[in-house]
Amino acid sequence: MALLEVDGLKIYFHTRNGVVKAVDDVSFSVDAGETLAIVGESGSGKSVTCYSLLDLLPKPPAVIEAGTALFDGEDLFACDSVRMRQIRGNDIAVIFQDPMTSLNPFISIGEQLIEPLIYHPDKMRIKDRKTARKLAIELLDEVGIIEPEARFDCYPHEFSGGMRQRVMIAMALINKPRLLICDEPTTALDVTIQAQILELIKKLQKTRDVAVIFISHDLGVLAGIADKVMVMCDGTIREAGGTERIFYNSEDEYTKKLLAAIPEGAKLLPNRAEQDKPLVTVRNLKTYFEDYSKGSNGKQSIKAVDGVSLDLQRGEILGLVGESGSGKSTLGRSILQLAPTTSGSVTFDGTVLGDLKPKQLVPWRRRMQMIFQDPYASLNPRMTVYETLAEPLLYHGLADSNNIDQQVRQLMDDVGLAHSQMRKYPHEFSGGQRQRIAIGRAIATKPELIIADEPVSALDVTIQAQILDLILELVERHNLTMLFISHDLSVVRYISDRVMVMNKGLIVESGETEALWADPQQEYTQQLLKAIPLADPKRERLRIANG
Amino acid sequence: MAIKELQSEEQGTSLWQDAWIKLCKNYLALFGLAVLGLLCVVSLLTPWIAPYGYEEQNLILGATSPSVEHWLGTDIFGRDMLTRIMYGGRVSLTVGFIATAVALLIGVVWGAVAGFVGGRTDAVMMRIVDIMYALPFMIFIVLLMVVFGRNILLLFLAIGAVEWLTMARIVRSQVMALRKQEFVEAAHSLGLSQWTIIRRHIIPNTLGPVIVYTTLTIPSVMLLEAFLSFLGLGIQPPQSSWGLLINYGVETMEEYPWLLIFPGIALSLTLFALNFLGDGLRDALDPRTSKD
Repeated sequence: MALLEVDGLKIYFHTRNGVVKAVDDVSFSVDAGETLAIVGESGSGKSVTCYSLLDLLPKPPAVIEAGTALFDGEDLFACDSVRMRQIRGNDIAVIFQDPMTSLNPFISIGEQLIEPLIYHPDKMRIKDRKTARKLAIELLDEVGIIEPEARFDCYPHEFSGGMRQRVMIAMALINKPRLLICDEPTTALDVTIQAQILELIKKLQKTRDVAVIFISHDLGVLAGIADKVMVMCDGTIREAGGTERIFYNSEDEYTKKLLAAIPEGAKLLPNRAEQDKPLVTVRNLKTYFEDYSKGSNGKQSIKAVDGVSLDLQRGEILGLVGESGSGKSTLGRSILQLAPTTSGSVTFDGTVLGDLKPKQLVPWRRRMQMIFQDPYASLNPRMTVYETLAEPLLYHGLADSNNIDQQVRQLMDDVGLAHSQMRKYPHEFSGGQRQRIAIGRAIATKPELIIADEPVSALDVTIQAQILDLILELVERHNLTMLFISHDLSVVRYISDRVMVMNKGLIVESGETEALWADPQQEYTQQLLKAIPLADPKRERLRIANG
Repeated sequence: MAIKELQSEEQGTSLWQDAWIKLCKNYLALFGLAVLGLLCVVSLLTPWIAPYGYEEQNLILGATSPSVEHWLGTDIFGRDMLTRIMYGGRVSLTVGFIATAVALLIGVVWGAVAGFVGGRTDAVMMRIVDIMYALPFMIFIVLLMVVFGRNILLLFLAIGAVEWLTMARIVRSQVMALRKQEFVEAAHSLGLSQWTIIRRHIIPNTLGPVIVYTTLTIPSVMLLEAFLSFLGLGIQPPQSSWGLLINYGVETMEEYPWLLIFPGIALSLTLFALNFLGDGLRDALDPRTSKD
């Protein structure tokens, strides 16, 4: 018998607008030492399924209508709250997506780590502080925290994202659970860190023989780690089976669509760059921020961009790759004069932008626009789509009250939004549609340059593919020049003519996309490229085995 | 039919029209609006509909409990309470709304500019607020009286001068959080002027807390007026206001409770109506609450 057997699970949300079938007749099982991956886009019910096992759903509105979840023979849905607490503490543990918000910033990580030992619901298993500390330090060592003794008393803000996720994993493991639920544990992390965390989860699973349920929207991440895969959509299981069968012999249309959406391979459209006619020239650009953190006494500064020079040819899509903190976003914002530059120059179509006063910049701003990462934050929640799109047109005098309606409609056609949605507010749209609105706003002023800062990294993989294709189409149709910033190397390869790799405020390497992929010169670039997970189980396992 | 529907959806509504539609579906808020409307109409028409003159004394009558001639009783000078409450409402509502409007205008603009521009401008503007806070209110009032003499306009000025400070702080903290948002940065990159950004993108997003604070300010301003009148600034008997009536009512609470109860009811009713309306407005102006 399997460790966890879920049978006929139905979870409905009873909302004001009717019943939402979040999970509809889902059955699966996981064995000890086995990894089940649940794949689906946002709203597919994958997280709801797993949270119901630990009674972590908000009730109401959620109601478990039917089904059983036998964990080691015991029905989890029949447990009372006392028993459920014991199960949560001992037998089933969860790792959440965002390591930045799932740790308490006011308690040292060591203290948070030993909490479940000291305040254990089972009196027999309560440890004294000294033993707990010893256990915690061993565990920190096991998850790869260097100098665990010294780091024990540090606070979460003193750790990087990857380190925090390691601490979260240690926290989940401290009571030796038999089932580990990982809810998108690497989605918020950089590619090299992601590879390390995946490897760590895999290693721990083998040494401790725990069952793992791995939730993700990204099939590419799962290829190397999952034993079996379950694809969910709209609360139902579309397809389930061994990892290799799902990847190589999928029978379901939806699964095929998911697989096809993984960005892979090179840009298919020809390079449209006009040689030696740079639209933007950046020379030795430096952007420093004052450092207010502890011990810096205000004199040192953070060198976000530390002497970058680049030429952006007309019609070119230049990919800018780097991990978080590499300064890639700051570089983009400095070029647009949205961040104050410390020294160096940005020349746009022959004009040095740094010399202009804010008022004089206005006509230049029309010619260069930005697309932001988070489509939930980049739209004013109190403005309708119509108002958002009309604002730049009216402000720059590109339309007047007679033809504004028609122009806005044209824009909505351009980015693939239905006219009937014109008067809706941003919150009524999905992430992908919101990003379409944001793109519409960016192209409204008929700009020549667009800087796209991680425009697809907050989106589901199928939506991501649609938005990427939309961007490519618009670049072609409106003859745009684009700086495409991303931490996702596969995405950058799919869209860029030329790539620059940035690290610690400096350009490490640059070159034609395919040439760079084939033969990276710098060690940093090699590391980055090696860390990309492959959406192919056999090759991915081989890659991990070769380390 | 379908085309018609589509068109009406496309035509849609602005934020304010939308808010009105949503407000009309909120019966509690409509009730608040109706009560406030009624109070205002009564106040406007008071000189013509009041049963007695506000200074008409009947010393022989003295303080009497509610009766057929005097629905809400009379005070110790034999003046009709209903009349005095109606006249008092004129003063209290005027002071409440105008002084709050002044505080609102100064506070929102001041706070929004300070929070949005930041840096040195912010520091200077907020230190001015701090200095105003630190000025003892009484001394400030006495100074105003010495310089300008007794004047109803001074009343608005004095109340406005204290009430906008808190508003400015609330708005500033909201704006500081908002200006880091990407949609504000997007507005910058569109080349919009600072003032346009404040007006179109910042202020509408601070409405929620501002409306709630405003509905709390109006009743507190009404009570402040009573305090100022007591000091000798503001209005003087035989004129009345709700705050003054309540003040006198408290003194004679044990012997003549109706002198406290009825003005108290008038003020509470206004307060309830304002709170219902304020909550309703806050929800109505937030597009994220559903239209159903």
